[in-house]
Parts: sequence; structure tokens; C-alpha cells
Amino acid sequence: MDIFSSLADGFAIALTWQNLLLALLGCFLGTIMGALPGLGPSNGVAILIPLAFSLGLGPTASLILLTSVYYGAMYGGRISSILLNIPGDEPAMMTCLDGYPMAKKGLAGEALSLSGVASFVGAFLATWGLILLAPQLVRFALLFGPAEYFALFALAFATLGGVSSTNQAKSAFAAMLGLGLAVIGVDTQTGVPRLTFGEVHLYDGIDFLVAIVGLFALSEVFIFLENRHGAASADSDKVRIGRITPPVRMLKQTTPTMLRASVVGFVAGVLPGAGASLGSFLSYAVEKKLVDREGTFGTGDPRGVAAPEAGNNAAAGGALVPMLALGVPGSGTTAVLLAVLLSLNITPGPLLFAQNPDVVWGLIAALFIANFVLLALNIPMVGLFTRLLMVPPRILMPFVAMVSFVGIYGISGSSFDLLLMIGFGLMGWVLRKLDVPLVPIILGTLLGNTMENNLRRAITISNGDWWTLLGSPLAIGLWAVAVIGFLMPIIVGKALRSRMKRDAEGATID
Amino acid sequence: MSDRIFGAFGLVLALVYAWATLQIQESFLSDTVGPKAFPLIVATILGLSSLVILLRPDAEPQWPALGRLAEIAAAAVVMILYAEFLPEVGFIIATAIAATYLSWRLGSTAVQSVVAGIGISIGIYVVFHLLFGLSLARGPFGF
Repeated sequence: MDIFSSLADGFAIALTWQNLLLALLGCFLGTIMGALPGLGPSNGVAILIPLAFSLGLGPTASLILLTSVYYGAMYGGRISSILLNIPGDEPAMMTCLDGYPMAKKGLAGEALSLSGVASFVGAFLATWGLILLAPQLVRFALLFGPAEYFALFALAFATLGGVSSTNQAKSAFAAMLGLGLAVIGVDTQTGVPRLTFGEVHLYDGIDFLVAIVGLFALSEVFIFLENRHGAASADSDKVRIGRITPPVRMLKQTTPTMLRASVVGFVAGVLPGAGASLGSFLSYAVEKKLVDREGTFGTGDPRGVAAPEAGNNAAAGGALVPMLALGVPGSGTTAVLLAVLLSLNITPGPLLFAQNPDVVWGLIAALFIANFVLLALNIPMVGLFTRLLMVPPRILMPFVAMVSFVGIYGISGSSFDLLLMIGFGLMGWVLRKLDVPLVPIILGTLLGNTMENNLRRAITISNGDWWTLLGSPLAIGLWAVAVIGFLMPIIVGKALRSRMKRDAEGATID
Repeated sequence: MSDRIFGAFGLVLALVYAWATLQIQESFLSDTVGPKAFPLIVATILGLSSLVILLRPDAEPQWPALGRLAEIAAAAVVMILYAEFLPEVGFIIATAIAATYLSWRLGSTAVQSVVAGIGISIGIYVVFHLLFGLSLARGPFGF
């Protein structure tokens, strides 16, 4: 089979000592970042990009490091959900519902190890899904011309807020802010400077890494300063766990749940605008409907731990499909991963599979390796990771800030970029306060130039006829989905949001 | 109220953006679309969404008390000073001072924060510079 020989090539690339070591390092750092409240997968990958970049790693090696961090953070998010009832990152929210009650019953070790296995199953199946689905999507994407690509980008922005988005005007505002920032700099087609206001430093445009690190990592530091939240959230009693392997009976009981949740999560991850948070919510909701006959969900049912964990890890894998095959990420973290690819001069999309198969298959092989490494790290070493919850933010947050500065300074060596990053940090803080999503801004700065180039190419090909944007059934279809996706949250979003909130609150008030 | 101010600010931003776009000098060798069309579309949607935010504001967010705002402003000033002085005084000294400040403001005692600041600075220097060979700012003393 074609796929298997490609995969074998991928393993040949990924299985070098250096890459294995990077995968191990990435998984370890990722789990730490996922576990620490205040450092999610997007933050974690964001502060590490400049470092991987300035360390001079090759494209495959950097990708292996950073996707291991991504997968690792997805694993790590569950730890504080279960032990402290505080999600380590957003997708781990649903794990609180049954994980924390289990921990209160004295089953913390079981809950942690079971969720580790569930994460593994979800991520493992999703990686297979990625292998099978991405090449099909690539074949489809080869039909796309510039007009269709422009429509696809519009679709990505329209659906990014997701069905649970609270305010579509704010999502649109954020997307336009990002696109507007991308315009700054010398125009690639005519060579005239645009919106630089004579500032020479801006002629190259704003480096999206500066924007990402500022918006995600520094704004988090400001949030902690605002609340003066410096004490650790855990003391040594709370991180005490019992056994570190799941009982076989519990594994047997939860196997069907894990499998179903993985499928649901994967589909949610692939679809535009869903992402891991919705993936874990949907898989929890589906399981509750299907198997919760005695009403034990929410009171520490192991299946209620397995479902969202398998779901969010499967969604994380699923979200890689549109990112790799189309170059259009569907979630915050995959947007940050897109930044990784772009900063390595790799443009994801259908051509990536044809031109850089070594990168694609090396990455996929790395995902498999990362998965096994994570399982091996998470089951026996969970005690070590839980101890991390005792690191107080008053030490952690200065460290995060300083690493952000080091990373950006390492790339450009200019104080101007550092100042710009501080500006983005403050902006991120204000926008978070106002409930404006930050991911569309990132996506806008990343995709802005490609989007504009596709627009201009499409219209140049048609000799200045703007109707060419709606010139094919495919383009019309994409625009239709974009419009529906944008309007849907306004219509059905309210009901879904209140449901998610109710479920989440049901667990915290007990 | 916050959203109304935010929306109004967005409208002004959109207008300034559109005005600045119109100031772009077009070169005589241009494609059919030119460098202005895309930013103008962006400015239009930016303006429209700001208008919606202004007319249909969300519930008021929880703004921190004035003291906390000053806290954030002070931290930003420290970071700006850090960015400016980093090339002058070198990585270790600048980072130790900035990290000490941040740690202190997050609630460490004086001694704790000095220890944390120096520890963070030397830790990053050892791992990223000595181990990974990343180039950090060199001060007058070579570190």
C-alpha cells in the first residue's frame, strides 16, 4: 500500500537519535505546560517556536519537537482538572466533571492513569484518521483555484469562533484586526510600503511570532499580575495519589466509551470551527446520552473521565487534518502550529504532500512516537507531574515572561520587536477583558498575505472581474458554508452555550 | 459602557486605517487590483463589526480597581525598560532585575523574589546560551 510505504519512510526520518530525543523533550515539556494552570497548548507552543527557530533545528526536527509539545499539552491538561477541579487548559474543562469527584472518592490515581490511557487511545486513533483522511482531502484541494482559496480562507475566519462563540461581531473584529496587521509592510506584488508610517522596522511587516508570543504568553502574565495570583493552587495533600495503574476491570468497562468518544472527537476536530474544546464536550454529551443509565455521570463515573479525554485528544489529531491538507487551521493551537510551519518556510496545503513528503510523513511518524512516549511518561511519572501543580505562579510567570523575551530577541536581536511584543501583550490583556477572541487575530496575521495574494491572483486572471470570486460551484458552496457558519452561533449558539455552562457548573457546585 | 467605547474606538481605527490606505503611493507597475483594495475591504468589515459592537454591547466586564491597573502599567514600564536596556547592560543583569520585579509584584517576599530573579536569569542563561548556544544580549561584561 502507498500509505504504508510512505509511513515507513516517515519512520525512517523520525527514528534518529536526535529526533527521538526531541520527541521525548517535547512530550515532557508539553505535559508540564498542559498541567500548569495558565499555560495552555497555544501558549506553550508559542513560547517555544522562537526558541526552536533560533536553535537552528531543521524543519522536520522542529516540527517533531513542537507537535510533541502540542500532544503533550493535551495530555497534561487533565492533571489539574482531576486533582484540583481547575482545568489546566480549556479542552480539559469537561474532565473536571467526573475526574474531580473520582479524586475526592480517593480514586485520584485511577482517574489519572485511566485518563492517560484514554488520551492515548484518542490520539492514536486520530493519528490513523489523519493518515487516511488527509490524502483524500489533498486530492480534493487540488481542484481549488485562487478564487476557491480565497473563499476557503473566508470560511475559516467565519467559522473560527465555533458554534459556541459568544459574539460574532467581536470575532469578525478580531479577524479583521489580524488581517489589517498582516497588510503592514512592503506590498509583495508592487513593492510599495503600506501603512508603515515611515517606520523602517515595519517595512518587513510585523513578525507573526511577535504577535503570537505577545498576545498569548505576555497577556497571561498581565492577567496574573492583575489578580495578584501568586500562590500555588495545590498543597502537598492534594497531589497525593494512590496507585498509578488503572484496574483492568475499569479499562474493560471504559473501552467502548473510549472508542466512541475518539470517533466523535476526531470528527469534531476535522470540522471547521470546532476544535478540541467542542470535541471533548460532544463526546461527553454523547456518552452521557448513550450509557448513563444509572445517572452516575458527574459523580465520578470512570466513563465520564475516559470520554472527554479520548475526545479532546482525538480532536487535537483531527484538527491537524485541515491544517496540513488545506493550510487552514481550525483551532487556536493548530493556528500556532501553522505559524511554526510558516516560520520554517513550509507552506502547508495540498502541495506540501507532493513537494515535502518527508516533512508530512516524518511528522505523522513523530505523532505516533510522541503518543507512545506520552503513554510511557504519563503512567509511571504522573506523580512527578502532579508535583508541578505546587509551583507557584509568582515564580512561574516571571519565568514565562523572560523566556518569551529571550525567544523573540533570539530571532531578531532588536529591541523594537520586544517593544512591539509588549504592546501586543497589553493589547491582548485589554481584548481578553472585553471578551474578544485572540485566535482570529493570530490567524489573520498568519494568513493575511496569502489570502490577499489569492484574491489578487483570482481577479488578475479574470481581467478585473470581481464576480470570478463566485465563479464556480465550489466557490459558491464554500461561501455558503462560510455564511451559514458565521450566522449559526447567532441562532443556535445561545442554547448550546447555556448547556455547556450548566454542565460545567453542575460539577463545580457540589 | 466598555463595549460602546470599544466600538467607537474600533470605528475610529477603521476610519484611520482606510485613510492611511488611501495615502499609499501606487506604483505605475500595478496589478489590476492594486495594493489598496484588500486593506479597504478589511477596513470596511472592521468598521461594520465595530458598529455592531457599539450598538449591541455585551455585559460589562469586570475591570480591576485603579491600583491593579497601575500594577499592570508599572509592569509594562518595567518590561519596556528591560527591552531598552537589554543591549546596554547585558542579559543576566537585565533579566535578573526584571524577573525580580515581576516575582515581587506577584507576591513573593523581598528575599524570595531576589533569589527567584537571579535563579531565573542564570537558569535561562545556562540552558539556552551555554547548553543550546542561543545568542543572548551581551552587556559590557560579556554576559
